[in-house]
Amino acid sequence: MPVAATIRIQEGDFDAAREIAALSKGRTDIGAVVTFSGICRGSENGEPIAALTLEHYPGMAEAEIGRHADEALSRWPLQGLTIIHRFGRIPPGENIVLVVTASSHRQAAFEAAEFLMDYLKTSAPFWKREESAKGTSWIEARDRDDAAAARWTRS
Amino acid sequence: MKVKYFAWVRERIGVAEESVEPPADVRTVSDLIDWLSRRGETYAHAFDRPKVIRAAIDHAHVKPDATISGAREIAFFPPMTGG
Repeated sequence: MPVAATIRIQEGDFDAAREIAALSKGRTDIGAVVTFSGICRGSENGEPIAALTLEHYPGMAEAEIGRHADEALSRWPLQGLTIIHRFGRIPPGENIVLVVTASSHRQAAFEAAEFLMDYLKTSAPFWKREESAKGTSWIEARDRDDAAAARWTRS
Repeated sequence: MKVKYFAWVRERIGVAEESVEPPADVRTVSDLIDWLSRRGETYAHAFDRPKVIRAAIDHAHVKPDATISGAREIAFFPPMTGG
């Protein structure tokens, strides 16, 4: 049976444990679940921040994440995949993003989760703005994130 | 066609979206950036580093040389910083 990814773009928080349970409950074919949670840090470049605000492109965010989910499902033998990305104002300590991959064996689950996070960083249409004592400013993209995504390109 | 702007591109231009009717010789994403840049100071400021600007046509990433013919919605934004 083809695996359908669960993709949600939402303002509210999520519960990683509940999402893992939803993927694996009642199944005996899954041998490995990898979860990545991205969490808002309380500082950026050594400076404390009050919150991040994530702007996104509704419609394209779902489409772009969906394309990478489809690629992950075609490259690795996954039995389940959940991706949740939040938008809006997120204070330090709160969740930003969740990727859950399920497979028979750990290697596929680890690799697919890493692939998806590398692409979420560089191609999902979200932009972070930080709030600090100095005011608000847009966070700059990092070259090392582009390099991380590029290593998955198939020649 | 509808044009959308995000993050600091949106802030610099001052609107989130608008409808534009570029002339026929505006064929590519890069041409459209040049044409929009000539609409006023806010646009010129938003597009003052064209190499940094990313674009999408109908919800898919495109390169600057992509043709805009038939596009319903074109978006311009800075490099993404999600995840």
